[in-house]
Amino acid sequence: MELISSPLLAVEWLRMPWHWAVSGAALSSLVFLMTWMGKRFGISSSFNNICAAAGAGRFTPFFKERQVDSIWRYFFVVGTILGGFIASTFLSSPEAVAISQETISSLESYGYSYPEMDATGAGFIPTQFINYTSLKGILIAIAGGFMVGFGARYAGGCTSGHAITGLSHLQLPSLITVIGFFIGGLLMTHFILPFLL
Amino acid sequence: MRNIAFMFVGVFFGIIMTKSEAISWFRIYEMFRFESFHMYGIIGTAVVLGAAIVAIMKKTKMKTLDGELVDLKRKIPLNWKRHIIAGSIFGLGWAVIGCCPGPIYVLLGNGYSIAILFLVAALAGTFTYGLLRNKLPH
Repeated sequence: MELISSPLLAVEWLRMPWHWAVSGAALSSLVFLMTWMGKRFGISSSFNNICAAAGAGRFTPFFKERQVDSIWRYFFVVGTILGGFIASTFLSSPEAVAISQETISSLESYGYSYPEMDATGAGFIPTQFINYTSLKGILIAIAGGFMVGFGARYAGGCTSGHAITGLSHLQLPSLITVIGFFIGGLLMTHFILPFLL
Repeated sequence: MRNIAFMFVGVFFGIIMTKSEAISWFRIYEMFRFESFHMYGIIGTAVVLGAAIVAIMKKTKMKTLDGELVDLKRKIPLNWKRHIIAGSIFGLGWAVIGCCPGPIYVLLGNGYSIAILFLVAALAGTFTYGLLRNKLPH
């Protein structure tokens, strides 16, 4: 890393992609903060809250809940969106996500080039594959989003609730769920994606 | 006041998810192809340190801001069938859109409008689960 003028050093450092150990440690500090603040760290519950607020409780008692209990989570969600905005506006990396050469080669074998596969060049979403401009792109977005929402609720949590919070609390159900995440993920990546890409 | 604090925790979460690159479809694709340690490093570090933090909080009988002891209030009963099926459905979705619930919001903030469609579909999935709940193995 080249030398950077000192007042901007911190921001410059933050703009670089973070090492996995830094990211992992930061996530564990979130577990501490949320636990200390009397909540469990989990995001997918916000989908319940939104369904409940939209009146889903009229169709099934599953969505009957006291709205006041979920106010904090709306603040958390708004913060999460804001965090993404701040990171992309002030802390965006100068380069695209540095995925491995093997991964790039695999995408090339399907006729894509990286990072051009993401129109923004950041390497976050393959907009040439998932987009509003083709029926295939729309259907994949809908099908994937649906399975994420359905699966998370059926499992009782998502990556944050099970893989991070649940495993931190040494919960066996969370471990089995995470194994399930990988069964589904490996099936998709190795046996279904090759036909979709 | 505490709600504002939760918003700041959310901001922190959104920044971490972006800078860790965990919101990247390409990182998820790479992870499921076992071509990089990056995602495993993030989740592994978070779980090991998280488990240590939770263990210390329990051991020292640290009280939360609500004055309670640290514990999972709502434990999920063990049911192999449910967890494997539910987890697999989630995994199928996670691998195809490269995005789990947290990153849906973070990508919105990053300006990816397709995340709106992810969110609407995820809400539809959540609602459908609520309707079918009694017919599914639990």
